[in-house]
Amino acid sequence: MSNDRPRIGVYVCHCGTNIAGVVDVKAVAEHASGLPGVELARDYSYMCSDPGQAMIRKDIEEKGLNRVIVASCSPRMHELTFRGALDDAGLNPYYLEMANIREQDSWVTEDHDLATDKAKKLVDAAVAKVSLLEALEQKEVDVTPACLIIGAGIAGIQAALDIADAGFRVYLVDKDPSVGGHMAQLDKTFPTLDCSACILTPKMVDVGNHPNIELMTYSQLENVEGFVGNFKAAIRKKARYVDADKCTGCNLCAESCRLANRIPSEFEEGIGNRSAIYLPFPQAVPAIYTVDPERCLQLTKGKCGKEGPACAAACAADAVDFEQEDEVVEVDAGTIIVATGYDIFDAKRKPEYGYGDNDNVITGLEFERLVSASGPTEGHILLGRDKKGEGGWEPKKVAFIHCVGSRDESVGNEYCSRVCCMYLAKQAHLIREKLPDAEINVFYMDVRAFGKGFEEFYDRVRREGVRYIRGNPSEIYRKGDDDHTMIIKVEDTLTSTPLESEADLVVLGVGLEPRRDNREIIDIFKLSQSADGFYLEAHPKLRPVDTASAGIFLAGCCQGPKDIPDAVAQAKGAASSALILLASGRVAVEAQVAFVSPDECRGCGFCVDVCPFGAIELVEENRMGNIVGVAEVNEALCKGCGSCAAACLSGAIQPKSFRDEQILPQIAVLGVKI
Amino acid sequence: MSEEFEPNIVAFLCNWCSYAGADLAGTSRLKYPPNVKAIRVMCSARVNPLFIVNALQQGADGVLISGCWPGDCHYIEGNYFARRRFMLMHKLLEHAGVDPRRINMSWVSASEGAKYKEVVEETVERVKAAGPMDQFRRRQLNW
Repeated sequence: MSNDRPRIGVYVCHCGTNIAGVVDVKAVAEHASGLPGVELARDYSYMCSDPGQAMIRKDIEEKGLNRVIVASCSPRMHELTFRGALDDAGLNPYYLEMANIREQDSWVTEDHDLATDKAKKLVDAAVAKVSLLEALEQKEVDVTPACLIIGAGIAGIQAALDIADAGFRVYLVDKDPSVGGHMAQLDKTFPTLDCSACILTPKMVDVGNHPNIELMTYSQLENVEGFVGNFKAAIRKKARYVDADKCTGCNLCAESCRLANRIPSEFEEGIGNRSAIYLPFPQAVPAIYTVDPERCLQLTKGKCGKEGPACAAACAADAVDFEQEDEVVEVDAGTIIVATGYDIFDAKRKPEYGYGDNDNVITGLEFERLVSASGPTEGHILLGRDKKGEGGWEPKKVAFIHCVGSRDESVGNEYCSRVCCMYLAKQAHLIREKLPDAEINVFYMDVRAFGKGFEEFYDRVRREGVRYIRGNPSEIYRKGDDDHTMIIKVEDTLTSTPLESEADLVVLGVGLEPRRDNREIIDIFKLSQSADGFYLEAHPKLRPVDTASAGIFLAGCCQGPKDIPDAVAQAKGAASSALILLASGRVAVEAQVAFVSPDECRGCGFCVDVCPFGAIELVEENRMGNIVGVAEVNEALCKGCGSCAAACLSGAIQPKSFRDEQILPQIAVLGVKI
Repeated sequence: MSEEFEPNIVAFLCNWCSYAGADLAGTSRLKYPPNVKAIRVMCSARVNPLFIVNALQQGADGVLISGCWPGDCHYIEGNYFARRRFMLMHKLLEHAGVDPRRINMSWVSASEGAKYKEVVEETVERVKAAGPMDQFRRRQLNW
């Protein structure tokens, strides 16, 4: 700490009218100028602007200020900006304190006088603290030149390719046996009608072959330790019961499996079947078969037929290995990208739509598999096929229902899922293409065709004879027991006419929801969630791919519903953010860490017990012949939370910038009534 | 008292959740009474129980501590420590004759601006009902 007499400059920001429209900024500045240690107090329209920062720099240089208070927006907004201004003027950047008179005063207080009083109080508290701040040194550490990416859907794949192409190592982890995510399941993509597989599979092959990418499919993230630049992740590679090096992907095992084509396929959304040893889909990457441990007879019953497992017998490469075990591997990474995607809304939560009770009420994702040339029906719109997948009938009247599980408070989802309007329009188009005579009705609340080429596509679909009826169905039920016909009860809200519309295929435009198991990821990374349950970005406008934790970024639908181009764009954003760290190779670490006054430490070790990062240890010290334990902080591990300081009985351990003697004066000032 | 009693409340908000939630209340232009004034700490676990006593001693009528939801702590488990310390302090102060309505704790995440507004409003009502704090001798402000 500097022994110089404090010479404080207080700068009160108008922020246009954001602050000055409510708070009397001149009165606040005048009040501040009379406070102890304050050399000068000014007000200015935008302190964060160039002239505003220049004002601070000039005063530091000319008036010899050694402490600066900016009363403006939240420190979460501009603390770094103003620290930079101090630094430029040769003053230690940690001699700054901010008074939050915008987010926590002018924007939330109705009464102008009370808001001005509160602003004065907040400035008082800042003045009380600022002279007690210490100069801190900004330290840097090396960044491990590797990125860990969780989730290998289109977002994870794109981020992995960008980072790997830039020359850095990538660990791409997915819990499923193949990369590809939801996009691999889609047939065509709106609004261009690109074939999803055609544009995705080359990228899947690229991540499989890239020399800088280590693919870890069928693997689960277990734990992450460390901090920006130096993360250590434990990843459980689940046993596939197939030797990845030997498997040639020939399919003989799956054909010979005693449960061949008897297990509902996750990839086919249950409308097609697979074996107990399976490849999720023919273009899967890696092309390595996986044994389903919950279905395989050998693994569940310990016995498969009289002659033993048929798959093992059929495999010419001798790749099936029932002795295989899970393996936990550790990887080091400097940055992490979370791209865990979404789950679709469970349509059974809207029982009035009859999903689950009627085979001809299906979700949009099931429709994708039904219409896909690589799907179980080879792209024929066939319903009611027998167990062998044969027979079936074509629908004549198809209904599409918008907003199933989106914009619906009754299921707890207020948000718009952003993709359903367009995927239903695309699916209506595909029906028109495959069943030219079918009657197609779309029931909608609003059509949101906001993206590039969306409105044009929506117009095209309507011109193709797809009828859009504005109304949210109240009920969908079977007309008669021996008929496929479903009745859709709805009010046409444009004409205020109650309708009972018929359809023999109903496609529910299910929305996108946060992953149901996203708690695991939240617990590992300590991510925050927004009100809708998706992961929270650091700033909704300006830091959309960052999280509150340095070095951890978000990409794709785990942050909120997105279409493919948006997911790709965000993935590229996350990749570029990760690359900034990787390419510079150095990162500044927390300067506001804890420190110990050894003479005051009594060696009780309470701080050691409460430190969540294991950053404190007791070291033995010889004090005039007595061996005593004294706490010592590992600054590289300390994140400055201050839990130790609250546990310390003697006040010997304190987090810099948040020491007791820095906070108590704030309390003293704020405690006194105005 | 001719005018209605307006309590003075000191809040300790953790940087990652509750302080951000309070900022969001501002960004969303939600209105709440100005009685609560916040001190930013990195983690709710930084709140030394001494701070609570000190605030009451200095003349505050109530205290609010707010951190991340259980399980969401930026520092893994700081809010659990905060909760334990708070519970202990709450009991101790009640034992000492302090109206327990003066000492409040809540979880407010970074996305819960509306909840922060509610918490402030409820806290102000509770402390208002407890009346002015005059149990501890007030020291002369001297820093």
